[in-house]
Amino acid sequence: MAKKQLVETTINGEPVEFLCEPRQSLLESLRDILGLTGSKEGCLTGDCGACTVLVDDRPVCSCLMLGVEARGKKITTVEGLAEGTKLHPLQQKFLEDASLQCGICTPGFLMSAKSLLDRNPNPTEAEIRYALAGNLCRCTGYDKIVRAVMDAAKVIQAR
Amino acid sequence: MNRFEVVTPRDLPNAVKLLSGRNHAALAGGVDLLDLLKQNIVAPQSLVNLKGVGAMDAIETDESGGVRIGALVKLSEVAANPTLRERYGAVAEAAAQAATPQVRNLATVGGNLLQRPRCWYFRHPDVNCLKKGGDRCYAPGGLNRYHAILGGGPSFIVHPSNLAPALVAFAASVKLIGPGGERTLELERFFTLPRIDPTRENVLDTGEVLIEVMIPAPAPGAASAYLEAREKQSFDWPLVSVAAIVVSDDTHLIRDARVVMGAVAPIPWRSHEAETALRGARLDSSAAARAAEVALKPAAPLSDNGYKVPIAKALVRRAVLRAGGIETA
Repeated sequence: MAKKQLVETTINGEPVEFLCEPRQSLLESLRDILGLTGSKEGCLTGDCGACTVLVDDRPVCSCLMLGVEARGKKITTVEGLAEGTKLHPLQQKFLEDASLQCGICTPGFLMSAKSLLDRNPNPTEAEIRYALAGNLCRCTGYDKIVRAVMDAAKVIQAR
Repeated sequence: MNRFEVVTPRDLPNAVKLLSGRNHAALAGGVDLLDLLKQNIVAPQSLVNLKGVGAMDAIETDESGGVRIGALVKLSEVAANPTLRERYGAVAEAAAQAATPQVRNLATVGGNLLQRPRCWYFRHPDVNCLKKGGDRCYAPGGLNRYHAILGGGPSFIVHPSNLAPALVAFAASVKLIGPGGERTLELERFFTLPRIDPTRENVLDTGEVLIEVMIPAPAPGAASAYLEAREKQSFDWPLVSVAAIVVSDDTHLIRDARVVMGAVAPIPWRSHEAETALRGARLDSSAAARAAEVALKPAAPLSDNGYKVPIAKALVRRAVLRAGGIETA
């Protein structure tokens, strides 16, 4: 059996150390070792985007990355979105616009959308759809999700 | 998935030394490798993490006006690079259309070129097909709607790379480093047909690492286009893709052309027939249609993939026109 490796990384702004087997994905490391279960396991093949986290501010599928590859990186998960009890504008607008039903895709959508709005606070609808193309939702039909991202963009611009 | 260790060599020579040993696999973006590991298609003892060796992660313009792309450059970086977008439009577009934003942020240029085929027989852990050292290809006589219509036999996979057709169109080369030193190969010669060896898609030797893609300066007056057709989702693998370069003057007289199709053959399929038909012609929709017709003349579809022929014709025609600055519906 391969020895566990020590991984030093930054998750949601905090320095974190964890031990993982080399074959454990970043998603498994987050969920099973660190207890950060916000990132969801969907397809495990990089198609659905439910496991999306930000690595150095870019959205990636955490099921396609090994935990040991998080070494020295800056990881942001859905748990890092809210400030205390104050929801991020994206989370608030997802609630207000009823942009989720079962909710399993939501953390992934939030992270892809956050990465977009951090880079481009005033995206067009086409830019939003392009940025969310790697996240699948089987409940909402996407329209309310796109609307929530547009509404959140307005809130962020007004700050 | 088997248990493996991840080793990070301190430099490229050490990576080559490790990869020359048995049961080692190179880890770059990991997108295809993790997929193969999860399906038990490969079971290496060690992954050699190339991201740890530094370098190979830049896009640089060289003295001769060409561009060098490090093997670890991400597809998202290719898609966003101003030089590539301006001068090598088909390459940037091919990267932009691949997979999803999340995958493009992980997947590397080297990995995109070296990824294994998506054939469902090859990817099935319980099927020992020709590609995995078995005695037959299950595509002919089996489910073959996504398989090869050109260059097939004895294996009928299609090469899955988005970037490869665009890079072959631009006459790109790859730099390889291995136990015997460095070598540079035209990308077109790097890929190899199953009739040479059905278990592989390229001539990369054991221990060799693809470190760089070099694209020469485009000819004056050259313009390119990349198009792909997919079944349903934006991230679906292309049913057919086409990269075209047209070198023409103000009167649309074509001095040179390159037409390369993806997802139709076990290698990126360059159509010399289409290129010959275009050279010396004046670009219009009938010249483009003639090129499309001759490009697909050698097609030999299997039982369920004949639909790819008209799609490929349409895409060749449209890509040639778009490269020549004529927009089509």
